[in-house]
Amino acid sequence: MTAATAPRTAGAPAARAGTSGLTGTGTLVRLAARRDRVLIPVSVLALAGVVASSAQATIALYPDLGPAIDAFRSTLENPALVALYGPISSLTIGAFSTFKTVLMGAVFLCLLAYVVVRRHTRTEEEEGRLELLGAGVVGRRAPLAAAVLLSTVAVVATCVLTAASAVAVGLDPAGSIALGVAWLTVGLTWVGVTAVAAQLTETARGTAGFALGALGVAYLLRAAGDTAGDGSPLRALSWISPLGWVGKVSAFGQNRLWVLVLGLLAYAALVLTAFALLGRRDLGAGVLPSRPGASRGSLGSVGRLTLRLARGTIVGWVVAFLVLGGLVGSIAGNVQAFLESDETTKMLRRLGGGAGSIVDTFFATELHVAAVAAAALGISLVTRMRSEEASGRLEALLGAPVHRDRWALAHLGLAVAATTLVMTIIGLVAGAVDGSRTGDVPGSIGSLTGAALATLPAVWVCVAVALLLVGAAPRLTGLAWAALIVFLVLGELGALMDLPGWLIAISPFDHVPMLPGGSLEPLPLAALLAVFAVVAVLGLTALRRRDIPA
Amino acid sequence: MTSAIQVHDLRKTFGRTVALDGLDLEVATGEVHGFLGPNGAGKSTTLRILLGLVRADGGSATLLGGDPWRDVESLHRRIAYVPGDVALWPNLTGGEVIDLLARLRGGLDEKRRADMLERFALDPTKKGRSYSKGNRQKVALVAALSTDVELLLLDEPTSGLDPLMEAVFKDAVREFRSGGGTVLLSSHILSEVESVCDRVSIIRDGRNVESGTLTQLRHLSRTTIDATLDRPVDPGAITVLAGVVDAVVSGEHVTCSVESGHLGELLDVLGRHGIRSLTSAPPTLEELFMEQYRPVEPEAASHA
Repeated sequence: MTAATAPRTAGAPAARAGTSGLTGTGTLVRLAARRDRVLIPVSVLALAGVVASSAQATIALYPDLGPAIDAFRSTLENPALVALYGPISSLTIGAFSTFKTVLMGAVFLCLLAYVVVRRHTRTEEEEGRLELLGAGVVGRRAPLAAAVLLSTVAVVATCVLTAASAVAVGLDPAGSIALGVAWLTVGLTWVGVTAVAAQLTETARGTAGFALGALGVAYLLRAAGDTAGDGSPLRALSWISPLGWVGKVSAFGQNRLWVLVLGLLAYAALVLTAFALLGRRDLGAGVLPSRPGASRGSLGSVGRLTLRLARGTIVGWVVAFLVLGGLVGSIAGNVQAFLESDETTKMLRRLGGGAGSIVDTFFATELHVAAVAAAALGISLVTRMRSEEASGRLEALLGAPVHRDRWALAHLGLAVAATTLVMTIIGLVAGAVDGSRTGDVPGSIGSLTGAALATLPAVWVCVAVALLLVGAAPRLTGLAWAALIVFLVLGELGALMDLPGWLIAISPFDHVPMLPGGSLEPLPLAALLAVFAVVAVLGLTALRRRDIPA
Repeated sequence: MTSAIQVHDLRKTFGRTVALDGLDLEVATGEVHGFLGPNGAGKSTTLRILLGLVRADGGSATLLGGDPWRDVESLHRRIAYVPGDVALWPNLTGGEVIDLLARLRGGLDEKRRADMLERFALDPTKKGRSYSKGNRQKVALVAALSTDVELLLLDEPTSGLDPLMEAVFKDAVREFRSGGGTVLLSSHILSEVESVCDRVSIIRDGRNVESGTLTQLRHLSRTTIDATLDRPVDPGAITVLAGVVDAVVSGEHVTCSVESGHLGELLDVLGRHGIRSLTSAPPTLEELFMEQYRPVEPEAASHA
């Protein structure tokens, strides 16, 4: 294209001279929509559906909120829950029945925006498909424009549908619209964030690092801001974080629709930045330069190779868990300072089922969430096996004297070790921070690290399920993620959605002891370990018997 | 003569697709064996079975005296493999991949590594994602050729290489053989097979259709004759001869194809009419190949 002749002329891409560079955008939008014809509708319906169904269940449970409201007030204002789910906007049925879904849904909406933008920009470029398209009558800016347009449509559709279905189940219309606006604010922002991230590095993985890293930082900033005391300067953090804007809209509370302006400004600024960066780089290149690498290598075994390939991912997770541990440990102080009424304690126990102090219950809840996150790390490490196989790299490796068992065990071992590492880190850091408050550092570290490690059998069951899929049904490896999402929904929303106990018990996380505070029953943990071992052996056996590539 | 590879009646189906339908293949130790066939004939499946990646549904395969499915590690120490479409780890450099694959095999010959890098003009400091197809192919070739192995399994190894690099590749294969090594070279580039292979096997639809040295295969096929005679010859006198096909006779000018075994009889007839000029072309590998793959249609049979 025209711009290729002047790749790095600052500020004056040749494309701008003659045309808008947007030729073919319509065709590309249709192509992208065709490729996402399942992903987008299913995600949009799922997001709207979860909000509506959990709201409906809550309304059915409390047809008259009046007497219950005081009991819930203190619980819902508990910093631990605020850190996780954001602040409650008011003590109305609308706010109450969407308390868990507003922020969590916003995070998932950001993930949808990110997936759609990345799929049609950097991934296409890295795979070389954009080159094929770019050789046709397609403007230089058209692919990015198409990706931004499609993801914007997906975000808007989600918000409209969610607001409409909230009204449909009987929630306050003004609040429902504010809920849609809150999601729109952050969803559009993440379209922009991902559009910029896709310009920075040469790889789709790098794009993921920037876009998801930013999401993690935004979540932590707002958790710190939302839980800071009144008048603390830290409260400003919630205004800096786009995820904090979700709470600031205060759907079903003050319904501040104007917060959308922040989202629109961020969206416009980020998308324009992305186009400016695009104009300054070559096809296939990133804004950040890539360096020549080593001419000699020191890798000499499959285990070392597996570790090396996963190094970046693991380092990222370790950093995230260090931060999370610090946050969890420090928020515990807020929880302690929080009015420790009988009512609150009773409610928290009912919510979490723990038996210890309110701080213990807080830690147990947070560690369970961390365990689900650690399971995501484990699954991502094991499902790498499938991408190694599908890409053809495995063939070169197994052409060397490497038994496939050894290769599979390297991945399984790494997943087990990495999940153990991150859970140990969160226990140690949270324990050290909490201990410095209570004055009993070794005691806190001991009990929190122990509690964190007690969740591992459930994490490993998820890892083994992923291995079984890779071995027995390689084309369905993605179901490992679906299983984790099901476990997460069962654990987080199962009780709220009034699901039967046996269904909730499908989730391995349901059998993890509430520690610290609760009692450690060895039997469920032994059972989880046995399930892990059996499923892992089945996975290895299936892998040993099948053809590669499958 | 010992065999490096013995394959007998090998069968493999993927769903409803029959990939191998009773394949036989024998590769003698110390030879370069060409493995010819069009796309989808079953070449890659055969190589994957020999590597223990894919399990055969029936028949037997023996590799260096071992079972390719059971003895993966011990066998792979003695072989090197170059896939047809080399995929590299995007964040490892070519040099790192070469060293990794060599270390897994138990070490590499430093001198040969440097020599191969230079001959293939490969920059080992580039990351996997930035190599072109040809350069990815070179990474796998350098890795395979720098290690001490007995057998090379090469699956269309020169796809994506330029002609200069193809020449380097052919030299390297010849050197490997003169050092006592065995090569199974799957290919559909006939000139490459013709210039480096001692024997070839031609497969079609998962079955072996021809095997032998090029001379033997040529013998099985027809020679093209183009002759100008002193006196006109009756077309019937030519077409009646056994083994003669595609005869075109116009007065003193005769062109036809004749099976090698019947060449003498044709020359006798032509000689009686006084040969003024004669060109005889042995079949090229390309013609051998096309002959094997000529679709078997009833019409084609009636023309013959």
